Amino acid sequence: MSAAELVHVLSGEEIAEIEAEIAHLPDRESAAIDALMIVQKHRGWVSDTSLRAIARLLGMSSDALDSIATFYNLIFRQPVGRHVVMVCDSVSCYVMGADGLGKAIEEHLGIAFGGTTDDDRFTLLPIVCLGACDKAPTMMIDDELIENVTAERLGEIFGRFE
Amino acid sequence: MSLMDTKPLLGRVEEVGGFVDLNAYEAGQGYGAARKALTSMSPEAIINLVKDSNLRGRGGAGFPTGLKWSFVPQGDAAGEGAKYLVCNADEMEPGTFKDRFLLENNPHVLIEGMIIGAYAIQAEKAYIFLRGEYHQPYRRLVEALADATTRGFLGQGIFGTDFNLDLRIHSSAGRYICGEETALLNALEGKRAQPRTKPPFPPASGAWGRPTIVNNVETFCNVPGIVRNGVEWYQGLGLTEDAGTKIYGISGRVNRPGLWELPIGTPIRELVERHAGGMREGFELKGILPGGASTDFLVEEHFDLAMDYGTIQAAGSRMGTGTMILMDNSICPVDMSRNLQHFFAQESCGFCTPCREGLPWIEALLLDIEEGRGQEGDLEVLDRNAQFIGAPGNTFCLHATGAIEPLQSALKYFREDFDEHIRTGKCPYHGRRL
Repeated sequence: MSAAELVHVLSGEEIAEIEAEIAHLPDRESAAIDALMIVQKHRGWVSDTSLRAIARLLGMSSDALDSIATFYNLIFRQPVGRHVVMVCDSVSCYVMGADGLGKAIEEHLGIAFGGTTDDDRFTLLPIVCLGACDKAPTMMIDDELIENVTAERLGEIFGRFE
Repeated sequence: MSLMDTKPLLGRVEEVGGFVDLNAYEAGQGYGAARKALTSMSPEAIINLVKDSNLRGRGGAGFPTGLKWSFVPQGDAAGEGAKYLVCNADEMEPGTFKDRFLLENNPHVLIEGMIIGAYAIQAEKAYIFLRGEYHQPYRRLVEALADATTRGFLGQGIFGTDFNLDLRIHSSAGRYICGEETALLNALEGKRAQPRTKPPFPPASGAWGRPTIVNNVETFCNVPGIVRNGVEWYQGLGLTEDAGTKIYGISGRVNRPGLWELPIGTPIRELVERHAGGMREGFELKGILPGGASTDFLVEEHFDLAMDYGTIQAAGSRMGTGTMILMDNSICPVDMSRNLQHFFAQESCGFCTPCREGLPWIEALLLDIEEGRGQEGDLEVLDRNAQFIGAPGNTFCLHATGAIEPLQSALKYFREDFDEHIRTGKCPYHGRRL
C-alpha cells in the first residue's frame, strides 16, 4: 500500500478522535498511545496497515510506533475474538485459587491462554492484579469486572457474552 | 463531629452508603477546602501546611508530600511553559485495591485534592494517569470531572480567582512499570514506559521536560482535610509518629476481606482479627506481605507491630500501599514466591540486564524447586541473586529491588520449606491446596 493510499485507511471518526487528543498535547507524537487505543476501540486490534496509517497521521516512523505498540499489553497486534477474557494471575487471586480456576477456564473454553476460540467468540489472556483483591479470584470480560469467580459459575458467566 | 472528621477519605462514602456524587460531596463540606485554599491562601502557605502536616506519599514510597511540592520552581525560576500535576492512578501493585475503591466511590475528594495541589505548585495542566483496566473508575471520573467543570471548580477562573486548571484523564495501555513515576511520564508522553535517569527529578524536569509533580490517588485525597481542619487535627488522627489516616486492606483467607480507613499506625493483628474477622475456620496465618507484592514478608513475631512507615521499615519490610496479602498454612511459600517472581519477570521493562535476565532466571529456578527438580546449592544461587539484584544501584530503577523483597524474606523466614522441597524432591504442600 502506497503512502498516499494510507490516508484512506482510518475512518473520519477515528481521525477526528485522534486529532481531538493531539489538540491538547504539545506535539503529535505524544498522542501515539491514545491513537493506538482509539483505533483498537473501533477495530478490535491494530493491524500492520492500521499501524502505518496511524504513524503517518502522527508524523512518525511506523517502526517507532510499533516499538510503542508492542510494549503495552493492552494494545493487541494480533486479531482477538469478539470478547477478550482476562484472568488475574497475581498473588491475591493466586492465594484464593486462581491457578486451578485458570485451568478450569481453559477447559471450559477449549483453548489455552493466548488462544482464541474457533468461533472467534473469546480470546483468553492472563492479566495482572485487577485491584479487587478482597473479592478474589477475579477476571475481566471486555470492560466488565467479575468478582468471586468459581468454576461452577463459568457457564453462567460466559453465557452472557455472545 | 461528623465521620469526615475521623475518616476524611471514606467517611462520606460511609454516610452516603456508596458513591458520593457532587451534590452529596458538597453537602458534606466538599470543595470548601479548595475554595479556602484558592481564595485565602498563597501557594507557599499551602505547601508549608502540607509539609507541616507530615503527610507522606500513600503510593508506597512514603516520601513527604509537602517537601516534594516545595521542589517545584515558582515564578520566573520555572521558566517558559506549562507546569504539570499528575495523579498516579495506575494501581497495579498486586494485592492493592484501595485507589480503585476511592476512584469509584469518592472521585470528588481526589479532584478537590488535585485542585489544591495544582494551585500550590501553580500548575494549570493536570492529568489523572488511570489504569486501562479501570473501566468503572473511568466512568465515575468522567462524570465527576464534567460535574465539577459545570459548577466552575475546574476550567477558567476557578472560585472567581485568576487560577485556571485543565484536568484530563489519560487511560493507560498497561504495564506495571508505569507506576514508576518517570516511566509514567514517558507513557503520558506517548512513549515506551521505560524509567528515566534521575536526576533530574520530575519536580525540576518531568512531563515534556517541564516541572511536574506525581502523587498517588490516596495522597491527593488527604489534602482537602488538611486544608479544612489544619495540621493539629491531622496529626492527631495517627496513632504513632505518622500523621493522618490510612486505607488498609486485607486479602486472603480471612472471614471478611476488605478495606478500612483507620488511624495510621493501627496494629497488624487488630487489622486481621478485628477488621477482617480473623482467619477462616481451618486456616492459620503463616505470613503477610504488608503492603503489596514488592514488600518483604512479615511473620508471627511481627503481628503486634503498628502499620506505619517507620515501624514496618524497622522490622525489615515496608508499609508500601498498606494493603496486606495473607499467606495461610495451605499455601506453599516456594510456589507463592514463584507466582510473585513470575509477575515481576513479566513486568520488567527489559531495559537493564539484571532485571530482564535475572528475574526470569529466578522464576525458572523456583519452578524447578517447586516441581521437585531442585538441587543442592540452588538456595545459595537464589541468595546470591537476591543480594546482587536487590542491591540498590545494580539495576536502573527499583523494579527489580522490589521483586527481591518478598524473595529474600521468604528465603529467610520459610527456609525450611525450601530445604524440604529440595531434600525430598517434591512439594510438601501438594494436594493440600484448597
